[in-house]
Amino acid sequence: MTDLATLETNLAARIAVAPDTAALEAVRLDALGKTGAISALLKSLGAMNADERKVQGPAINGLRDRVATAVAQRKTLLEAAELDARLAAGRLDLSLPAPPRRKGAVHPTMQVMDEMIAIFAEMGFALAEGPDIEDDFHNFTALNFPPKHPAREMHDTFFFPPDAEGVRKVLRTHTSPVQVRAMQRTNTPPAAPWIAAGQAPPIRIISPGRTYRCDSDATHTPMFHQIEGLVIDRDIHMGHLKWTLDQFIARFFELEGVVTRFRPHHFPFTEPSAEMDVQCDTSGGEVKIGQGTEWSEIVGCGMVHPNVLRNCGIDPDEWQGFAFGFGVDRLGRLKYGMPDLRDMFASDVRWLAHYGFSAFAAPNPASGLS
Amino acid sequence: MKFTLSWLKEHLDTTATVAEIVDAMTMAGLEVEHVSDPAAKLAAFTVAKVIDAVQHPNADRLRVCQVDTVDGRKEIVCGAPNARAGLTTIYAPIGAFIPGSGITLEPRAVRGVISNGMLCSAAELETAEESDGILELTELPIGTPAAGALGLEAVIDFEVTPNRPDWLGVAGIARDLAAAGLGLLKDTAVTPTPGVFPCPIDIRLPAPDACPAFAGRLIRGVKNGPSPAWLQQRLKAIGLRPISILVDITNLITYDRARPLHVYDAALVSGGFIEARLGRAGERVAALDGKTYQVTPEICVIADGSGAIGLGGVMGGTSTGCSETTTDVFIESAWFDPIRAAQTGRDTGIASDAQYRFARGVDPESLVPGVELATRLILDLCGGEASAVVVAGETPTPRGAIDFDPAYVRQLSGLDVAPERTLAILTALGFTVDGRRVQPPSWRRDVEGKADLVEEVARIVGYGDLPDVPLPDMPRAVGGVLTARQARIRVGRRALAAAGYLETVGWSFTARHTASLFGGGQPKLVLENPIATELDCMRPSALIGLIEAVGRNAKRGFKDAALFEIGPVFAGVEPADQRTSIAAVLSPGAAQRWDKAPGDDLFTLKADLLNLLEELGAPTASLRTAQGETAAWWRPGRAAELRLGKVAVAAFGEVHPATLKAMDVEGPIYAFELWLDALPEPKRKTAKTKSALTLSPLMPLTRDFAFVVEKSVAAEDLVRAVIGADRVLIAAARVFDVYEGAGVVEGQKSVAIEVTIQPRDKTLADAEIEALSSKIIAAAVKAVGAVLRG
Repeated sequence: MTDLATLETNLAARIAVAPDTAALEAVRLDALGKTGAISALLKSLGAMNADERKVQGPAINGLRDRVATAVAQRKTLLEAAELDARLAAGRLDLSLPAPPRRKGAVHPTMQVMDEMIAIFAEMGFALAEGPDIEDDFHNFTALNFPPKHPAREMHDTFFFPPDAEGVRKVLRTHTSPVQVRAMQRTNTPPAAPWIAAGQAPPIRIISPGRTYRCDSDATHTPMFHQIEGLVIDRDIHMGHLKWTLDQFIARFFELEGVVTRFRPHHFPFTEPSAEMDVQCDTSGGEVKIGQGTEWSEIVGCGMVHPNVLRNCGIDPDEWQGFAFGFGVDRLGRLKYGMPDLRDMFASDVRWLAHYGFSAFAAPNPASGLS
Repeated sequence: MKFTLSWLKEHLDTTATVAEIVDAMTMAGLEVEHVSDPAAKLAAFTVAKVIDAVQHPNADRLRVCQVDTVDGRKEIVCGAPNARAGLTTIYAPIGAFIPGSGITLEPRAVRGVISNGMLCSAAELETAEESDGILELTELPIGTPAAGALGLEAVIDFEVTPNRPDWLGVAGIARDLAAAGLGLLKDTAVTPTPGVFPCPIDIRLPAPDACPAFAGRLIRGVKNGPSPAWLQQRLKAIGLRPISILVDITNLITYDRARPLHVYDAALVSGGFIEARLGRAGERVAALDGKTYQVTPEICVIADGSGAIGLGGVMGGTSTGCSETTTDVFIESAWFDPIRAAQTGRDTGIASDAQYRFARGVDPESLVPGVELATRLILDLCGGEASAVVVAGETPTPRGAIDFDPAYVRQLSGLDVAPERTLAILTALGFTVDGRRVQPPSWRRDVEGKADLVEEVARIVGYGDLPDVPLPDMPRAVGGVLTARQARIRVGRRALAAAGYLETVGWSFTARHTASLFGGGQPKLVLENPIATELDCMRPSALIGLIEAVGRNAKRGFKDAALFEIGPVFAGVEPADQRTSIAAVLSPGAAQRWDKAPGDDLFTLKADLLNLLEELGAPTASLRTAQGETAAWWRPGRAAELRLGKVAVAAFGEVHPATLKAMDVEGPIYAFELWLDALPEPKRKTAKTKSALTLSPLMPLTRDFAFVVEKSVAAEDLVRAVIGADRVLIAAARVFDVYEGAGVVEGQKSVAIEVTIQPRDKTLADAEIEALSSKIIAAAVKAVGAVLRG
């Protein structure tokens, strides 16, 4: 009995001081391995008589179980300690920078275009497009600019060289030629599928796009963007025009009760013609819409001139309607405060990142437009 | 167009203030641009009287004055030699800002004597460029505001829209303001002066298209000289320089009645006639602006027996101009064709007051009244006696009357205006109303139909009264208002922004030589009148602006850039020649990473392009990479087109170093350009359900193959062949290694491909997998001559 007790004491001591799992495994093999001390004792049971076995059997089996348990417990401890040590060695400096990911942005003019389209889409306006290089008919004549009329000079038109017949194309000075394309029904389809085809009234469209005038300073660039609107129906009058633009201004600037002012103006293609001003304050050097006592001109508009309707094959005694034209870049500047119009086309990465919009900021009526 | 309140009051009986007039003008369509009000600037300055002036004890050139001012008796030190007892002048109190010298007065000792204010010169008040001493005024009550004492008043400057040439005269402005309720229009009609002798100068009009009508008269025995103060003051107030009575009268009438006139020294007119005819080649006119103009047959000239003596309706000539010695003056009051006047203005670069008015259209019935008004003023100011008035030709016939139902005002404007009010407004504006027939006045050639009449009524009633009426509901498409193409552009924009690209908006035009680097620069696309030579040609590619932007940003220290643009590119001037390009550039320039991971390269850009195509709904699986046939601005061997069948939908690659050098931009720059119009439109299906999805319960397995192929073989072709070996079981094939060098024959490469096999209805047996492998190898051999690497 003393042998067993001594063996157990020795094994217990070795298990307790085993420094790592390898040392512990050596102890386990010494005790419980094929040639281990306890395994040998278990084998010796076979040579014993029944009485001896009755006594020695439980004693040896008990020893085996206790040692196995002690090994298992020590192993758990050692493994935990070893894991701790290993993890401690694997520490990372998480203050190091993450791999750089480029941050893109949507250009503010295009964001503003999307905002405007979203607002007008809710009012039932569809989008119509046309070419940037236009002919005289669509850009001027159909829009009631008589040839050589001084109003043409005000448009600072870019011209292309004359063709074989002496006809010069122009860069469109406004997106109104798209209105002509949308109103004038012809026998031939448009030259390309994306170009607006003539449709029968009632008509409700907006035409966004690039426009061009040879003019350049802090508030004029030779290329800029317009969104024009056109509504043709039987009884559309200036009251509808006023409502439409007031609705738009309130939604675009997201300001309740912005004060606007309609005043007479002159455009060859509308009669009566008007300009709308919006209340603003420029005293602090930046434009604050909806405050102060000043006015900022924001949109030209009016009732479509009977000559324009006639030129497009629409009877002005049966149909009437309004048109308006916004400068998109200018609206963007008023809303988002870009100081110089020319910067919008300069592609400075710092400017684009600062004034640009997240890809996921697509304007929608549910989350607001800006 | 500029005018003053006192001038307006010559035509309008009104008590309105400048602010009220400005507001009424704006709301009637006369857009005020600027009001300069000297009364505001000179508010602090008042009339004062010097009671006593003695020599300064410590300074030879200074005087110490006792001055009676609005603030009581003040001791003021003054350096002006004319500061003397009894002088009425202008006083500035302590604290006043002196506009001419830019200083604010402080109580300060001048050589030991405190000066309690200042006596002012005209220059210090900015009423004259320079001045000699302090102002000397006639006796005026002490405390009278300086602006009034000096006869200064507010000047209103407004924009005249091209349809309203009648607003280029103060009388026309007054008429609109009277109609708007600001006062009563005065009767300024002129009683004709009977001629006392026949006009000795004959008027001839051989070019009635250019000058259809001409009225004139000679006044003999006049005495020309400087204009009286009131006339000089009136012209100076609006920025005109007084010259002599005869010339000043024509300028006055130009601005008063929008009626340009010209005066000739009759003694200098040769041949006894004046004619308005077209110019003759070789003729020259020495004009009153001191320049000599070459005349063309397009220009209407005024000629006498000696040849051309003036540019009709644009500018007179020096040879017959009036001077101090003029005794016989001939007055011209003509009507010149607006289009020709405008063209002559452009051709000669002359923008005179007369040219401006004739180009916009002068009242055809103002010829004789213009002569009569000039006659009256000349006789009053210069004396003399007038000949009979001669009138040659006929002015254009007036427009006919308009059939007008007052109810149309409401129909077109939405304004509720009583018919009587409508008619009253039209009458006040000079229209003649006869039942339903409305005759526009002769000066309103812009009015041609009933819509114009509505505008007249609406702007006088005021646009402020317009109702707010919601747009009627209109049946509209349930699927949104954007076409598939328009929706695609929006998706493309946001997909690229999400991928890390900054959107730019570049000019549609570029320099012609740059355009030619990208296959453009054709003469038909070169602008005749560019804003600058570097923007003189429509761009053939949106890459140009992006590459230039990379260069500009790099020069500012920001080499690393990913930019894109969506916009038009032009192959010609016809509508169908315009395409929409989605272009992007990647210019990797970021600092090296601490984890040594590689930076962006051409394949980063390719991934972004394919992802974009995916987002646009393009059939990306059908795209073929066509390498070796790309345009000149791409680096050879590092560019390709993506094609659907034979149609190139995009090109991508590295920009050619020579192209970059020509543009002065440092590379490498990776780029793509996608032509939206080349992508087939996605079909708008009526059913929105997606195709059914079967999720296999069987594990997919992978097998690796290493093939040796010729170096020129496109990996895409090998992968395509592998996938095509069994379209049912092979789910994917992925290149995971490309190797050249030891173990591979020179001129060949090893391409390792991992094939994913998806068992369909049962687990595959080893033999089946073996058979599939054989099919894969056979397909690779057949397609690209591949050899399985041992």
